[in-house]
Amino acid sequence: MSDAPKGLKSWLTTTDHKRIGLLYFWTALSFFLIGGLEALLIRAQLAQPDGHVVSAETYNQLFTMHGTTMVFLALMPLSASFFNYIVPLQIGARDVAFPRLNAFSYWVFLLGGLFLNASWLVGPLFHAGMLNVAPDGGWFGYANLTERQYSPGPNIDFWLLGLQILGISSLAAGFNFIVTILNLRAPGMKLMRLPTFTWMTLVTQFLIITAFPVITVGLVFLMFDRFFGAHFYVHEAGATPILWQHLFWLFGHPEVYILILPAMGIVSDVLPTFARKPLFGYTVVVYSGILIGFMGWGVWSHHMFSVGLGPIADSVFAATTMLIAVPTGVKIFNWIATLWGGAIRGTTALHFAVGFIAMFIIGGLSGVTHASPPADLQQTDTYYVVAHIHYVLFGGTILGLFAGIYYWWPKMTGRLLSEPLGKWHFWLQFLGMNLAFFPMHFIGLLGMPRRIYTYSADLGVSDLNLVSTVGAFLIAVAMLVFLYNIWRTRRHGQPASNDPWGGASLEWSIPSPPPVYNFSVIPTVTSRLPRWTTEHHGPMNDPPAVPPGPIHVPGGSWWPLVAAFGLPVMALAPLTHTLWVVFVGAALLLVGIYRWAFEPFEV
Amino acid sequence: MTHAATAHRTSMGLDNRKMAFWAFIGSECLLFGSLISTYLVYKGRSVVGPYPHEILNIPFTSVSTFDLLMSSLMMVLALAAVQRGDMKWGKIWLFSTALLGLVFLGGQVIEFTEFVHKGLTMSTNLFGCTFFVLTGTHGAHVAVGVLWLLTLWVRALQGKLGPANAMTVEITGLYWHFVDVVWIIIFTVVYLIQ
Repeated sequence: MSDAPKGLKSWLTTTDHKRIGLLYFWTALSFFLIGGLEALLIRAQLAQPDGHVVSAETYNQLFTMHGTTMVFLALMPLSASFFNYIVPLQIGARDVAFPRLNAFSYWVFLLGGLFLNASWLVGPLFHAGMLNVAPDGGWFGYANLTERQYSPGPNIDFWLLGLQILGISSLAAGFNFIVTILNLRAPGMKLMRLPTFTWMTLVTQFLIITAFPVITVGLVFLMFDRFFGAHFYVHEAGATPILWQHLFWLFGHPEVYILILPAMGIVSDVLPTFARKPLFGYTVVVYSGILIGFMGWGVWSHHMFSVGLGPIADSVFAATTMLIAVPTGVKIFNWIATLWGGAIRGTTALHFAVGFIAMFIIGGLSGVTHASPPADLQQTDTYYVVAHIHYVLFGGTILGLFAGIYYWWPKMTGRLLSEPLGKWHFWLQFLGMNLAFFPMHFIGLLGMPRRIYTYSADLGVSDLNLVSTVGAFLIAVAMLVFLYNIWRTRRHGQPASNDPWGGASLEWSIPSPPPVYNFSVIPTVTSRLPRWTTEHHGPMNDPPAVPPGPIHVPGGSWWPLVAAFGLPVMALAPLTHTLWVVFVGAALLLVGIYRWAFEPFEV
Repeated sequence: MTHAATAHRTSMGLDNRKMAFWAFIGSECLLFGSLISTYLVYKGRSVVGPYPHEILNIPFTSVSTFDLLMSSLMMVLALAAVQRGDMKWGKIWLFSTALLGLVFLGGQVIEFTEFVHKGLTMSTNLFGCTFFVLTGTHGAHVAVGVLWLLTLWVRALQGKLGPANAMTVEITGLYWHFVDVVWIIIFTVVYLIQ
């Protein structure tokens, strides 16, 4: 009972949310490093004018795969690793609502990520060299560049099929976590007592299940255009490639909030713990998160100002875009007010959380400058936009996620990461990111377009580009420090108690790492800060170390893995133009689902 | 099937699987919403024929629509029968629902074949693209529903489906009615309002 099963089989068949969380973490970290290597190659190419580290074709693949990898294979699944590991613990549950569906989500994510990245290596199978058939149409893959006529190779096929597979993973996880958070809460854990991270996770899942169908439809159209001669994005047939832009950004802007809301949730949990103060304006933080979720659906066309949508559409989307800065700004003031007057402990997690606030403000401010169409016309497709997206997604999401990693690492592994190394990591990364991304504002405004593999010395941006490259390599050094910290902590890290930080939420009431059943006794929650003493109540009693009676833990299952394999196999069919392969994939999926539905499995 | 989940206490008092299905249906609304919007945006923009008014057969599709509506009635009856433990009629109604679903799919096969003979394929014009992908996606949903209903029917024949599984039948019904409602919108938008 208390001993977790060991061995490869126990991992392949696991349905334990904690193990799935760890699998998500290690897989996403690996993809994050691959995406980082791609970034380093891009920066090496741009270090000097007229660079020749890589060819134009390779460069196209590098920036496409860098963006796609970071958004879909690194940031989203790193957040998912915390959804998996932490959310059930924060709500006082023994697992998620659908443990096998959870395993299915992970395997689909892994296989989809491998499918996308296989494109680097399998060129020879398509009568091309290695490093020749990776996606090369940009991470938002604008039509009609992505049509067969203009992109005849399998590059875009890998991209659109890979993204379809990954979408299924996110959707399945979305349904699962909505039900988990709404339905599996411990007695007394009212909605307005949920920790902010869990709240932001809930909002994120609603965005996922509503936004992903839209990109799925956009990708299905592209698939029919490329494989079956349809004309969804073909101008000559009366269609408009702008349809793709609408469908993509209708998904793409909620996606921005899918990426940032979990990080905002993490920061809203980390700051109160290390300021020893409840979150300032918890209710406002929650409601502004929900408001961001709704408003995130009304701003997509600000990605399309340069299309020429007309003055009405431009004005409306400019107004909504400026408006959405309000709930975001509200949160920033809440975080600052949380720190104000607190008994602050300068841990690494707090460093990252405060760094998040500062960097996200810069990203947010440059974002507001895009909201004005005349200004945006100057910025579109320049490095200014690249600077903005990196301040938001690296300065915002990544710093927030690292705050979460340092904060929850002891809970997830039982050992504390080294604090001195952590601070080295933070300062190197903080310095590196500002060196890498701040000059991009100027590079862009001086007229350097993004996605062009080289530039002339006459443009006058050579020095700024070199600084940016130095910054990128500094980030790489910071990552090496982080990896060393992880490696060192395996053996030499200080063992963590149940609650190394003095946190208020339920995950700190149980051992680190938690036993398979999480809670020996399901706690009864009587306040929003159950483990703290406040004016109205004392701290809750932690669950006993030994469960009073036997606890049934569900066994593993092979079928989520089998079903997940069906999807990439089906995707191979159009890629290789072989019809029977699709039946093999469908059969795998069907057998997996049927065996899964009818096997005895107790939750 | 996971019966244990139904037995557990849930915070909202709603069965886990049922809540997941409502979320799924919400998600599907965006899927069909995008497809139907695209159909409307591209309406009248085909540069060559056949055009919708030359080819759509409203009387034929009205029969299919009636057939699908009736299948929803069968589904209601099936659920009612299973809930009151009348498995004899439960089996009959489940099978009838699946059968009417199959008839609808047969109608779609006939319709698609006829259109192709009249020169409308996916690569002919924008009407062909949007029509086949929209109605084809709906047809795929019906096909999944038929497979699901037949599975339940076989389980019932084996004696493995009883009143204890009423929630499973109810969720199947949720899906089936949703697919039916989507068809009513498609029928109105594509066939009736030309």
